[in-house]
Order: sequence, then C-alpha cells, then structure tokens
Amino acid sequence: MKKLSKDTLMSFVNYGIVILFYIVFQILASTGNLSSTMKGQLIPIVSYVIMALSLNLVVGISGELSLGHAGFMSVGAFTGAVVSTALTDGIPNTVVRLLISIVIAAVMAGIAGILIGIPVLRLRGDYLAIVTLAFGEIIKNVLNCLYVGVDRRGIHFSMNSTGALDLQEGGKVVINGPMGASIMKISSFTCGIVLLLLVLFVIQNLIKSRHGRAIMAIRDNRIAAEACGLNVTKYKLIAFVISAAMAGAAGCLYALNFATVAPKKFDFNTSILVLVFVVLGGIGNMTGSIIAAALLTVLPELLRQFQDYRMLIYAIVLVLVMIATNNEKIRGLIKSIGKKNKQESSGKEAA
Amino acid sequence: MSNQKETRYVDVPGPGRIPERDKGRGPVLECTHLGIEFGGLKAVEEFNIAVGATEIGGLIGPNGAGKTTVFNLLTKVYQPTHGVILLDGKDTHGMSTAQVNQAGIARTFQNIRLFDKLSVEDNVKVGMHNNVKYHLPSSVFRLPKFWQEEKRAHESALELLDIFGMADLADVKASSLPYGAQRRLEIVRALATKPKLLLLDEPAAGMNPSETEELMNNIRKIRDTFGIAVLLIEHDMNLVMGICENIIVLNFGKVIAKGTPEEIQNDPVVIEAYLGSQADETGSEGFAASAAKEAQKKKAEKEKAHMSEVEEASVDVEE
Repeated sequence: MKKLSKDTLMSFVNYGIVILFYIVFQILASTGNLSSTMKGQLIPIVSYVIMALSLNLVVGISGELSLGHAGFMSVGAFTGAVVSTALTDGIPNTVVRLLISIVIAAVMAGIAGILIGIPVLRLRGDYLAIVTLAFGEIIKNVLNCLYVGVDRRGIHFSMNSTGALDLQEGGKVVINGPMGASIMKISSFTCGIVLLLLVLFVIQNLIKSRHGRAIMAIRDNRIAAEACGLNVTKYKLIAFVISAAMAGAAGCLYALNFATVAPKKFDFNTSILVLVFVVLGGIGNMTGSIIAAALLTVLPELLRQFQDYRMLIYAIVLVLVMIATNNEKIRGLIKSIGKKNKQESSGKEAA
Repeated sequence: MSNQKETRYVDVPGPGRIPERDKGRGPVLECTHLGIEFGGLKAVEEFNIAVGATEIGGLIGPNGAGKTTVFNLLTKVYQPTHGVILLDGKDTHGMSTAQVNQAGIARTFQNIRLFDKLSVEDNVKVGMHNNVKYHLPSSVFRLPKFWQEEKRAHESALELLDIFGMADLADVKASSLPYGAQRRLEIVRALATKPKLLLLDEPAAGMNPSETEELMNNIRKIRDTFGIAVLLIEHDMNLVMGICENIIVLNFGKVIAKGTPEEIQNDPVVIEAYLGSQADETGSEGFAASAAKEAQKKKAEKEKAHMSEVEEASVDVEE
C-alpha cells in the first residue's frame, strides 16, 4: 500500500502545484505587481502545460511518438475561432461561449486523432511518428489556403479567396488563409486553470484504472499484453485520441487569447517544442511536464534578446538530455551523487 | 521422481486420448492436422493431440523441433496454414491472440515477458483485465463501479499472489524481482486471465533443482486448485517425467512419439531422436546425454544434480 499512497500523493502534488501557480499569479495581478508581458503569457503557459501533459500521455504512458501534436493544436485553435465567432450573437456570455468552443475544438481534434489513429496504430513500430509529422505539415498547409466566413446564413468555406465566400452584408471573415484567424479575445486565466485541472484529473485517473494499466502494459510488452487478452489497437487508440482532444482544447484556449492566429504558429517547431517539454520534464512524469512547460514558455520571453538562438538552444538541450538520460555512466553518476547526499544527510542525522 | 500413479487413459473420437477422469467433460484442446509453413519450410506438420480438461501434458524434443512454434500456433501468434484447433469444442479459426486468450488459453514465455514498469500487483491485474468490468467514463470520473471493481480486483490479485507466496511482493516493480519470482509472476498473470488451458514454455529454465522441485509442486497445485489443463515445454527431464501424464515428442516439426512417461522412456524412436543412432559417441552433449540417462532410468542422484546444471547452460540457446 505504501507505493500506491505515494502515487496518490504525487497526483495531489500536481493539483497543488497548479492551484498554487494560479493563486500566486492572481495575487500578483490584483496587487499590480505583474508586468503586462507576463500577464499576456499566462494563458499561453497554461496552454503549453496542457499540450505537454497531453503529449506525455502518448509518449510516456502509451509509448508512441507523436511529432505532429501542434497539428491537433491548430485544429482546435481554428475550430475554436470559427465556433466562437459564429456564436458571438447567439451566446453573449463569454465564459459559456469559451466553454462551448473548447468542447467543440476538443471533439474536432479528437476526430482528427481517430482518423489518424485507426490506420496507423494497427501497425507495429514507429509509424505514428512519421504519420503525425506529415499530419502536422498537411494541416498547416491546408489552413494556409482555407477561407472561412460567417454571416447570418451560416458558415461559409472556400479554398480560393475571401471573395469566393460570397458573404452577405454584415458577414465576417474568420479565417483568412495565410493571414490566419481574426478572433475576439475571450480566453481567461481562470478558465484555463480549470481546463488544466480537468486535463490533469482525466490523465491521472486514467493511468490508475484498468484502461491505464492496459495502455502501460502494451507499452512495456506488446506480445505479453496480447497474450493477456488485451486489444492492443483499441487501447493505443484510446490514449492517442484522448491526447489529441486535449491538444485541441489547449489550441482553442491558446487561440482565443489573441486577436489573430496564423497557421504558421502551429508548425513543426511547435511540435518539437512540446516534445522538449515532455523530454525535459521526464517521460511519463506529469509533474515534470507541468514545470518544464511553464518554465520554458516563460524563459524565451524573459530572455527576449536571445530570441535568435532559441531554437538552437532547444536543440542542444534536447541532445544533452538524450545523452544524459540514455548514457549508463552518466545515469550511474547522477544516482551515486543522489545516494551520497542521502547517506551524508542520514549520517548527519545519526550523529 | 516419477513415483506418481500411472494415469489411466481412454480413447476419444478424434486425434488422441485423454485421462479417464476427464472423460465426462471431453478434451479441452484438440488439434487435428495442425501445421504451418514458412515459405515452403514445414516448421510443424501433422500435429494431432487431445488434452483432457485436467491433464498435465508435456511437449518435448530437441532444440529447434518446433515446440515453441506449436505454442505460437495455439495462441495464434502465427496463423496455422493447415489444420484445426478446437478449444473446448470451439474452432479458434480466425481468432487473434487476444481472442484466443479470452476463449481460454493463457501462456507464459520462454524468455520472460513481464510488464517491467508496473508493480507485481498491476501485472496480475492486467491479467484480470477482461474480468474487471467498467467503462472508460467510470475510470476517468471515478464512478462507484470503478471503486467496486477495483476493490474486487485488488482482493483477488492478492489472493492469487498468496497461493504462490508472493503477496508480500505486491508493490514491488516487476523488473526488480529475482529471476525465479519473475517466472512465478508470469504464471500468476497467466492464471489471472482465468484460462481453461495453461501453456508453460520452459517454466524451469534457469532454475536450480530445489526451485524446480517447488515449481513441480506449484504446477500440480494449479491443476488441483483451478481444475485446468496444463501443457508444458521443458528440457528438464526430471520435471517432465515427474509431473506430465502424457508426453508428446517432437522432432523436425513432426510428432515422433506420444504416450505416458513410461512409454516415452522406452521408445526406441525417441532415444534415437535425442542421441542419434550412435549413442555412445554423443555422451558429451549435456542435454542429449541427460535424456538418454533418463530413458535408461539409471540416473544416480549425484549425476542428476550435475546434469541439470549442464541443461541450464544449454536451455537458453533455443530461439
């Protein structure tokens, strides 16, 4: 029972970190101690933390690699933009509108996840990485030439130009090809935190259930899992689709925080960025994902003058982490240092 | 070692015979003309057996004879190219590995395959997966059904582990278990799927004589407690001759002999398969030599201990 209670403790620590983060920044904001750049960063931080958690579900728990998570994020972002604009007149309450947008964005991203997952997750090997990589690029390019407008008759789509939308008077162009979506800012920090807590709740409960055990068993040994009567494709799909839907929700939250969002924002670099959060925080470690995502989202803003070197530094950090976590000698070194510290402290206590 | 009562057999319609005590229930497994070809190479052909509902059967043969392939055919890791497998009278044609397990065949692996990062208890619970029933929303939102079923799963997992003296290891990570315990955990996990037939692929590989002795008792205990059939592949002749009631000998993918331990030990075809035609020149090969010694029933206790050491060394070579 000891280990079980330790796991439960860790999940409460995660909720605690998020709530603490919320309280601290709410206090800072209300007392006027928060710079406007930091204020603008709050919702992106929350979005990226959700992205990191959702990717960790695929990479850490299900043991598959997704290199196109930004693709699901952009599906959510642009769905959210269209839905929230279309509902502007119908639902004046911004919180309700935001919630509906997030739900629909999550569903759309989940559907995209199902479409990719069903054929790919039947295969053995790293096919998911290749296909999701392609998916991310395809989605970006499709959105680059997608035009969507809203008027009283409903939602209009075109792949040519805004003119082809044939909008009535008073109609509004929501997605304008490479220019991206123009959006009303309706995301709020509080809603983001609630969404983050929900995501954390779903992931942590999933892991400690028969479904989570099945997903992790398949990760550890596929052949043995099959011999135990598990439907491998089904459980891989469950993990992947839940993850995609969460990425969609994060994308929606993210997009509705800005006046405009371009498809270019959700490119391969963003996918890798999220992967860096997961790898840095520790694969399968939710607490690590939260902290890594929050810190690495804020850091570039704080170090704006080094902006040009950002991707370079990420690449180097990723390589270093890979070396450090996969090298037996370095691992041993870190372990022995940890042991020494423990011994020293226990020795001191004894003395 | 082979001091158990001789099992009386009755013939059944179809490919074989089953113990007289299982007559009322019919065979749990029947294979007729079972075979598989890999691009013209017949790895297994004309494999015909019947296994009684509470029978302990043995599958032996030299390295590369196709024993593990037979297990892979029964569990549909490979789809057979010929023949029929009837499980409790039902044809398993077209089923996947997972479906065969749900239909009642569980197995262990020659090279241990545990869920390394999960705890011992969770390994067993994965085995119970299809008997613990609640849906995804229940697990995500912790509905009452979740708590009920998880409590039941926890209790029966500990019960199962307790039978094998592993209840105190429930929270240990599977990968940090000692070797013998890992082999036992594989068996417990297989039993957790509530099988009708348990396939053990070299359960005694790498075990010392006293561990093997314990394993034999455990296998008998499994049969008696759960009332299921066991079919095992093993190179350790002490174990095979000690607990198997019916033995099938494979060589080059073909069944060369079937019968009780007594019959097998005296079968000239079996002796030849293990030794080649010139028996006295192959004395240096540990495994073959030990089989021959068994066959001649002249094994002194000291020699036995020595031979099983040699066997251990040769066992890991296959596949």
